[in-house]
Amino acid sequence: MNTSMNTTLAEKAATPTFSIAMEERKVAAASSAKAIAEKLDFWYGTNQALKNINLRIAENHVTALIGPSGCGKSTFLRCFNRMHDLQADTKYSGSIMLHPENINLVAKEVDPIEVRMRIGMVFQKPNPFPKTVFENVAYGLRLRGFSGRTELAERVEKALRAAAIWDEVKDRMNESALALSGGQMQRVCIARALATEPEILLFDEPTSALDPIATAKIEELITELRQRVTVLIVTHNMQQAARVSDFTAFMYLGELVEVDATAKIFTNPSKKATEDYITGRYG
Amino acid sequence: MAAVMTIEELRHGLSRRKHLDKLFVVVGLLILMSCLGLLALLFLDLVRDGASRFGWDFLTQFPSRKAERAGILSAWVGTSMIMLVTAVVSLPVGVAAGIYLEEYAPKNWFTGIIEINVTNLAGVPSIVYGLLALGLFVYQFGFGQSVLSAGLTLALLILPIIIVGTRESLRAVPKAIREAAYGLGATRWEVTKDHVLPYSTGGILTGLILGLSRAIGETAPIITIGALSFIAFLPGSPVTGEFPFLNWDWLWSEFTAMPIQIFNWVSRPDQAFQQNAAAAAAILLGMTLAMNAIAIYIRYRFRKKINW
Ligand SMILES: Nc1ncnc2c1ncn2[C@@H]1O[C@H](COP(=O)(O)OP(=O)(O)OP(=O)(O)O)[C@@H](O)[C@H]1O
Ligand SMILES: [Mg+2]
Repeated sequence: MNTSMNTTLAEKAATPTFSIAMEERKVAAASSAKAIAEKLDFWYGTNQALKNINLRIAENHVTALIGPSGCGKSTFLRCFNRMHDLQADTKYSGSIMLHPENINLVAKEVDPIEVRMRIGMVFQKPNPFPKTVFENVAYGLRLRGFSGRTELAERVEKALRAAAIWDEVKDRMNESALALSGGQMQRVCIARALATEPEILLFDEPTSALDPIATAKIEELITELRQRVTVLIVTHNMQQAARVSDFTAFMYLGELVEVDATAKIFTNPSKKATEDYITGRYG
Repeated sequence: MAAVMTIEELRHGLSRRKHLDKLFVVVGLLILMSCLGLLALLFLDLVRDGASRFGWDFLTQFPSRKAERAGILSAWVGTSMIMLVTAVVSLPVGVAAGIYLEEYAPKNWFTGIIEINVTNLAGVPSIVYGLLALGLFVYQFGFGQSVLSAGLTLALLILPIIIVGTRESLRAVPKAIREAAYGLGATRWEVTKDHVLPYSTGGILTGLILGLSRAIGETAPIITIGALSFIAFLPGSPVTGEFPFLNWDWLWSEFTAMPIQIFNWVSRPDQAFQQNAAAAAAILLGMTLAMNAIAIYIRYRFRKKINW
């Protein structure tokens, strides 16, 4: 994996050229896949929300999902950690193969809890537990049987540092997480997901409830995260997708219209629908 | 710009609507005040009638044939012991049932029927619980006319209140919190025990206390199962000085309770006993209000701690 190259590519996303897009595509081909969705369909009752999705998620890269409201971005994201299993009368078909073991994440016989222990999620609205900052971040570890005070403390600190919030909360570890600001809460939630070192981290519009400064911090964090984890992020904000992602997938009415290197999608999309959506956003 | 009405018309209409608003406030306040006023009057009346009887002796003496020497010792001790049994039995059973119905039960016709019946149970006349308990606890299980039978009966009576209260407070835990816990790989039981239940403690305890304050005044069911109206001894103390420090004899003891004592005194022709009844009723009302105050305090404390 060439992470430094990706960073420079993301920076160049604002003034891309065709040759850079080509280069990125080569990177995409070279990077190994962390997960591959194939012929993925999903139903809420009789309402089919996802139709024949085929998508390759590159390992240790950021893939952004964009598309108009109601097109199925969240639905797709939530297939990866089997969140839909909590709702009655939902159905998956097709596959999302998790590499390297080649487990089909959406198969009935695969335990959704096992899936969630490997794939973390950060939600749209910060949702810390009404417990202390420490207990919030330690919870996933406790579920996995960690109980040694020093080991927990070490791992919690590591996660909080990785989420770029350590300095702000290191003296407030035993205060309620609900006393933090929205942006701080969201980073504690990211730390909570990072603490268990997930293989894929799912973000569903993680900054839509935050102000621009908190948003910038989290975007910076996501670009750093790709060095250790595969990221899949839903966003309504085009600039955000352009800033943080290596690849962008455009969804429309439950279908995947187009996926390509981010610079290519934003400068030279191959589908008319993609272009309409992107340009419409910017007027 | 053309408007649908002139500024004068607009102001006229607005002042009429504002008058209606004020009228509603006045009517609402009047109704509220008369309800509260009635309760306050009742309480004051009881206190005035019973005034001569308040005092340490009244609380520490057994009932007697002489009104001025009679006290409510056996009644309030009996009531306290019954409430203890009721709380200890109804809390775990009611909370478990509430958790099952809210978190576990699949939504189908069977659980639908259970749910409707739980709500219906809250409306069953308390005397019916008394009859049920007489057959089941007193005779069938052989618990006799004891503190245990009375406690179990009242536990049954307030079970629906606790179940409904538990379910409401479980439901108040936001979906986002559950998703956060599930998202980290928690099982359903872990989500319940680590999150949903702890965050609903305030609501559950409030439900329990409201249930107990209903139970404390119940007369019919405990008369049915055979509360005595004249008891001149105390059940054995639950705590003893010697190992194992606990003593269960009190569970099997015969008993009386506050409402029974009041009922007994009221039915006597002697005016002096009426004073006793008023004093005891004021104390019972005070106990109920105190329990409600505790419920409000608990709710306030937990609200302050957990603010979604
Ligand atoms: N819990 C649910 N039960 C039933 N239908 C749902 C549920 N959630 C979403 N849907 C439906 O599935 C479709 C896709 O919804 P989804 O939430 O995935 O869209 P989205 O792309 O995330 O939109 P947004 O950008 O507004 O978040 C919509 O038509 C929606 O009505
Ligand atoms: Mg969404």
